[in-house]
Parts: sequence; structure tokens; C-alpha cells
Amino acid sequence: MAMLEIRNVDKVYRSRGKPPVHAVRALDMAVTKGEIVGLLGSSGCGKTSTLRMIAGFESVTSGEIALSQRRIDELPPAKRKVAMAFEGYSLYPPLTVRENVAFALKAQQFSRSEISRRVEAIARLIEIEDILDSFPRAISGGQQQRVSLARALVRDADLYLLDEPMGQLEPQLRAVLRGRIKSLLAERGMTAIFVTHDQTEASALADRIAVMEEGVLQQFASEKELKNRPANLFVASFIGEPPMNVLETEVAVGDGGFRLSAGADIVFHIPGDTLSRAARLALEPGKRVRVGIRPQKVAVGTGDIRVRVVSNQWLGDQSHIAGECAGKLLIAVTPNRIAARPGEVIPFALEPRHLHIFGADGTCIRHAEGG
Amino acid sequence: MDHSSLAGRIFRGVALALVLVFFMFPIVWILLMSFQTNEQILRIPPHILFEPTLANYEALISGQLRTAAGNLEISFMRNLMNSFVLSSAAVLLALLLGVPAAYAFARFKFRLGESIAFTLLSFRFAPPLLVLLPLSLYYQELGLNDTYFGIVWVYQLIALPLILWIVRGYFEDISPDIEHAYRLAGHTWREAFTRIAVPLAGPGIAAAGLLSFIFCWNNFVFALILASADKQPVTVGALAFVTASGIQYGQIAAAIVLSVTPTLLLALYAQRYLVEGLSLGAVKG
Repeated sequence: MAMLEIRNVDKVYRSRGKPPVHAVRALDMAVTKGEIVGLLGSSGCGKTSTLRMIAGFESVTSGEIALSQRRIDELPPAKRKVAMAFEGYSLYPPLTVRENVAFALKAQQFSRSEISRRVEAIARLIEIEDILDSFPRAISGGQQQRVSLARALVRDADLYLLDEPMGQLEPQLRAVLRGRIKSLLAERGMTAIFVTHDQTEASALADRIAVMEEGVLQQFASEKELKNRPANLFVASFIGEPPMNVLETEVAVGDGGFRLSAGADIVFHIPGDTLSRAARLALEPGKRVRVGIRPQKVAVGTGDIRVRVVSNQWLGDQSHIAGECAGKLLIAVTPNRIAARPGEVIPFALEPRHLHIFGADGTCIRHAEGG
Repeated sequence: MDHSSLAGRIFRGVALALVLVFFMFPIVWILLMSFQTNEQILRIPPHILFEPTLANYEALISGQLRTAAGNLEISFMRNLMNSFVLSSAAVLLALLLGVPAAYAFARFKFRLGESIAFTLLSFRFAPPLLVLLPLSLYYQELGLNDTYFGIVWVYQLIALPLILWIVRGYFEDISPDIEHAYRLAGHTWREAFTRIAVPLAGPGIAAAGLLSFIFCWNNFVFALILASADKQPVTVGALAFVTASGIQYGQIAAAIVLSVTPTLLLALYAQRYLVEGLSLGAVKG
């Protein structure tokens, strides 16, 4: 059952003397109860606008938002049953950390002992017990961020919105808190949406990830799906580290399939039976299409593509090798140490079955086999 | 400043003393004058040493002005009272109107918002004399001439723009997300304003209130034209010392001392807020 439904929502910011900014376009999204969703995208992609429309600080220009079967886009924030942790922490300076966390509960009319029990519990979880009686001014940015997180998570709400919830924390603490927050959310069946631009965080915390760009939802799927079956070129090159190798190729017909060539040295044979009908239609001879291959799928030391090594880095558990072939840069990631110096020529293998093929508008018309 | 040289420190001291003397001398001189008789004041050359007299203060407080031409009734104490009532009421009204308005200008972008805010500020640019003549005609029509309410209203020209612009800067400095967080926790917009925004802008509101109190207190020309003797503040009341038989310098000096004291004490007490509030308003406004 859908907990949150966003139906065809648009957000346009208009200010006098400036062209209107279309921050969110025709957004459709349904989040099921107990699901943790990550909104991922670069800055200005509309993810924070989306969050603020759900919370009620921005009005929707058109469309509807429903939370547990109630329409909320016309309700004041106080009546939406939504809790939020803000990117800028937004703690109330005259109150102590304890009071800041508690003030969210006071409006819900819990008893005094219940409030203090809940505050203590969340403080233990988020490791802010020792600063409960400090004032926001006296604690560090990372601590303030945790207080702000605690203030959101301590409440009983239908939906929890977390805007960059861990941006200010040290890496170790981030990993620990990620785990704890995930189990807290799962244990209590809390539905949450968090905004991030960190892929690792999104994959670690989210059940499903919504990738946004220029106000448009590009794909809303699990991390595995995003990696293996990207909907379009944007998702394909945005998700994954290092980014996917993308080559522009020219289409030709031959050998019972298609020949995609990116220059004389790099030619791929795609058998026709691995393509859908629509894909076969999209591959018109003479047209240019882009193909992508994950660096992890590029085999090093075999194959017929000869590349000149530009850089070779051993990261402790994997090698990143950048090689140049006919003016195109290819990145390969292998788990082995490769002894190749910059300037040396080594073979790379790009197997056609590992290629994602993107149509003219960027939509993926064929996914790589097995991801 | 302990790293500066001895010469630098001496120079700084001398420069500060010069500035201080330049600004403080008139006040000291007035204070001295207020303890002298008219004859002592008018001696040439003036004497620093004299036998102090409290006659000027006596005359002010008792309301009996003795001049060469006989006794004159003056209502200085009443004027002082009027100043208090008028300035406080004007500031109170301006706070009631100005603080919510400042909040609106800081938080919401609406049609003509900037233009309205700027128009309100422009009341401070226009010389009062420019508006006084039409204003006094209106006031006669409306029956507001010579009423406390009328003067309090016209004082809004002084107090309201100040409060609006200073407090607006303070509100803009508060992250709206603090209020958002409070509202999400189940509070209404109005509660967020009264319990979060206003307390956080407290120092700014105090500074703006104080400053506009001082400006209202010092105003002369509005009350001169729009009010008669029994509603006039001290600034206008001091004119009574220019009598047919000469100018009563001693009493004028005493009157100045008495009328400056309240605002001076207020300003000294709240100096910190004033500087903080004004510099913030200037930067943000």
C-alpha cells in the first residue's frame, strides 16, 4: 500500500524580472509503507524542492501529494504528520539540546516521563547523550546535525524527511549511524525519504533510490537495478564509481546483426537476436548511437583493443587504469595489480554483451547482459 | 592593541580626548549653565568658577518663572510628562504595527513588497516641513489637531520606518528553517511567529524601539504645529523661556538637562543593543 503518493507534481518558481525556474517537472512517485527512499542528484536537480513540497514549505504549482490516503498538499505543515531534519540543522538557539529534541514531542501532548524516556532513547542511539544539556551554539556542526536528526526521528510521524542527514559527520561515525538509523527505521516500520548527493550513502541506507536531474525523475528503482538496468544515459553515467565509459559509435548492418564502430580500432558486433524489436528499429544504419560499458567490465590484458596507459592507480584493493585509444579515454577497474607504466601499450577487451546501448534521446535500448 | 608602540598609544589617547572634548563640551557647558543665574551666564568673559544656584531647577519644577517683567506660569513638568506619554505610546504603536510588518517583508515575497517597504523608509528622507502644511489641514478636517492620538499618529512617520527596517534585518538573519521545524512539530504559523521569531529577534526589536523612542523624544516640529500648549512635549515647551523680558538661559539649560537625562540614561543602558541592532540592520537592509 502506498504511504506517500506524488502525482504529477510540478514546481515553478517565478520571480519578477527573471525567467521562471521549473524546479520539478511532472513528478510521479509512490513510496510504500516502511520503505526508505533516497533522493539522489546533483545540486539544483529539484530534490530539496520535492522534500519541501512534501513538508509544506513550498506550495505545489500543480499536481497532488497524498500521505496515508489523505491529500496533504493544501494542509499547513503542522497538520501533515511529517517530521523533517533540516540541512542547516535549524536548532532553536535559546533551548538546550534536550529541549530542542523534546519540543517536537510537546505539541503531541505526551506525558513528561514519556518525553524524557523518548529523548534519552534517541540520544543514546545517535550518540548525543553527553551534550543533551549544552546549547546549540556550544556544540560542533556534526553534533548539531545529529541533534537535528534526533529531533526528527524522536517524533511519531507518517513520514520522515531527512535533508542531507549526515553531510557533516566524520566518515566512521557516518557509517555507524547509517546502520543504526537504518535498523531504527526498519524496526519501527518508519517510512522515510532522504536527500543526498552521496551515492554510497544512498545505496547503504535506501531500499529504493530516485535519481533526479533538472527537475525530472530519471529512474526510481533499487540500487542494483539502477546499476544493471539504467533507464537512460544520465542514470548510467551518474550511478557507479568510476563512471561508465561512454563511446559514440556509428551504426552499420552486417553479420546477422549490427556493427557499432567508434573509429577504426573499436568495433562491436551486436547479434540481432540480443536486441528487442524496438531496439532493432532504433539502430538505423548510418546513425550515431552511444554505448556504455562499466569500468568493472573492461577486461585488462586480453582483447584486441590496444590502449596507451595514461594512468595506473592501485587503490589497495583494486586498480584503476585509464587508457587512451584513438583519442578516446577508457577506464578499467580490475581487482588485480597490473604492472603497466604510463605510455605502455596494453590490450583491453570490451565485450559486446557488456554494452549498454542508448538511443538518440538517451534512453537505454539494450542493457548489458547480467548487468 | 597592546602591540602598538608607546607613541601610537599616546597619539590615540590625545586624539580620543580631542574628539571627546569636542562632543562633550556643549553638554558640560549646558550643565554648568543650568546652575547659574542669567547674569552669571551673560558675563563676558565667562567664568568657570561661580556660586551654583538651584533657582533654575526650582523655577522649572514649581512652574513659576520669575522674570524682570513679573511672574510667568510655565508648564515644564507637564511638557516632560507629555514627552513621556507621546513617545512611549508612539513606540508602542509602531512596535505593534511594525514588527509583524517587518516579519512579512523579511519572510514573504509579494507583489510590490519592496516598493512598499521602500516607501515607508522614504518617510525618513522627506523633510517634515514638507508634509506639515497639508498635514495640519488634514488634521483640522479630521479633528485630530491638538489630540494625543493625532501626535502619536504623526510620530509613526518617525518610529515606524525605523522599526520596520531594523527589525526586518533581524528577522532575515534568522533561518526560516527554525520556524519550519517548529511548525512541522504541530504548531501553527502564528505560534512560530510569537514563540520563535519574535524572541530570537528580541535584541533587534529592543534596539529599534529604543532608537525610535529617542527620535520621537527629540522631535520638535510636529508637535509645534499640531498641538497646543497643554499637549506639547519638552522640546516645544522650552520655547516658553524666550520671554518678553529676555531669554532665560539658565532655565533653558536646566530644562535641557532635565529633558536629555532620560534618553541619555536609556541610551547608555542599552548601548550594546543599539550598536548591534543598528549595524545589523544596516548590513542586511
